[in-house]
Amino acid sequence: MLTLIQIELYKIFRRPRTYIAFGAIAALILIIQFGLKLDGKSYSDFLMKDIGGSMVIDGNIINGYLICYIMLQLLLVHVPLLVALIAADMISGEANMGTLRLLLSKPYSRTELLLAKFLAATVYTIMLLIWLAILALFLSMWIFGLGDLFLMKSSYVVLINQNDVFWRYAGAFVFAALAMVTVAALGFFLSIFAENSIGPIVATMSFIVFFTILSTLNIPIFNVLKPYLFTTHLISWKEFFDLKVNDANEAIIGSIQNPQRIITSALVLLLHIIGFVGGAIFIFNKKDVLS
Amino acid sequence: MYKIFLLIVGFQISIFVQAQDMTALVMKVKTKLDQVNNYEADGNMKTDVSFIKAPVGKVKIYFKKPNKFRLKKEGGISLLPKGGVSVNMSSVIATNDFVALASGESIVNGTTCKIVKLLPINEASEIVLTTLYIDEPNLLVRKAITTTKENGTYEMEMNYGVFAKYGLPEKVIFSFNTKDYKLPKGITLEFDDNEKALSDAQKLKNKKGRVEITYTNYIINKGIADAIFVK
Repeated sequence: MLTLIQIELYKIFRRPRTYIAFGAIAALILIIQFGLKLDGKSYSDFLMKDIGGSMVIDGNIINGYLICYIMLQLLLVHVPLLVALIAADMISGEANMGTLRLLLSKPYSRTELLLAKFLAATVYTIMLLIWLAILALFLSMWIFGLGDLFLMKSSYVVLINQNDVFWRYAGAFVFAALAMVTVAALGFFLSIFAENSIGPIVATMSFIVFFTILSTLNIPIFNVLKPYLFTTHLISWKEFFDLKVNDANEAIIGSIQNPQRIITSALVLLLHIIGFVGGAIFIFNKKDVLS
Repeated sequence: MYKIFLLIVGFQISIFVQAQDMTALVMKVKTKLDQVNNYEADGNMKTDVSFIKAPVGKVKIYFKKPNKFRLKKEGGISLLPKGGVSVNMSSVIATNDFVALASGESIVNGTTCKIVKLLPINEASEIVLTTLYIDEPNLLVRKAITTTKENGTYEMEMNYGVFAKYGLPEKVIFSFNTKDYKLPKGITLEFDDNEKALSDAQKLKNKKGRVEITYTNYIINKGIADAIFVK
């Protein structure tokens, strides 16, 4: 099995398209860091416009932690598209090149082959997130320095002590990995139905766009559906950055406002992964492979 | 007619004398506060504003005459009420340009205090009116309500401990009105709708904010570099 995964990883990282995602993430992060380094003050003044009516804020707001949060907000919406680029190509790519039947002639079961391919896609997804963490978190910490994390939500602000932030990022990245693996599982599932790469990649992107819109629309009839859509749960990493308050309105250090939501979202995403991969294995085992 | 004239003159004199007395009292308080040329203190700051979730933080407080004040959270971010940069009495009565009028007596935290209204003479002053609740025997300001032109009204309540002889408080509770806070979800990139709407009663309660600073470890008159006050 390990050999199969190694072979699949070799195939993934041999293709130039794999590096498009790494390049795109690096370019986006570096351009945002460059912009905020040059003109972060204007950006923070713009954000503070509303709170500035009542409060004066003293300290370094534009620090590495805030930069990373801004970038995660922007990028984690788009990273699924980069994940789909590889995951949705895992089976259809082989079919397209005519190597699928040859692959199936090896002394491994179809289930083993599919699991190896999915695990290889998972490794790629996690590596993409590690790359994101290195650039968005560690590089930002180095360029902008450390400080308390001051987050402006739509109806309140959260101030998290500097020494209470890092573990939240660790949790957020682990959760983001689970979210992105769900996307990889969807792409992987769709890839078994096509004999070219474009179809499943576009289909995965379309599913994500379609469900994201349903998740964000505030139309009561769709609210019933929202808890079951995986796109609703992709953004639950943000829950790590909200603090609980006690009766005296003091934020509790080390707390999370709604930990149950993280657990629920993680379970929903896990079920989707099992569903997509299980479905792919079930259908593929019954499929007559002709390419 | 003559009697009425005498009555009016007498009344005016009595008001004048009372106002003079209050000026003297305020000046005595000011003299006590003037012993302190500068100080540095450690403290804990608690922010209680409806739209702010902040933990209790350790802060450093610096003051230098006449009115330089800085509250700094080491390596961190501190939130102070706007207009409350002078979270100390020395800044409130930093000048001599005021008229002090007596306004009766009141009890603040079990201490009988003289109520003194301070009206700035300078029309350009940001402060419109300051009401001081002065503990006359100890020459301590127990409470101050300040109305400003730009930043509304804020209230300070002071508790004193071992540094009372310098007029420096152990604890200051700062109350102020807050404005509404709302950012469009497009800016904050929040697309989920999990927040519950506040009731009218909550909204009203939420208009009042409080910042509580507990001072410890004062270092008085040891000199502070001006650079500390540069942000």
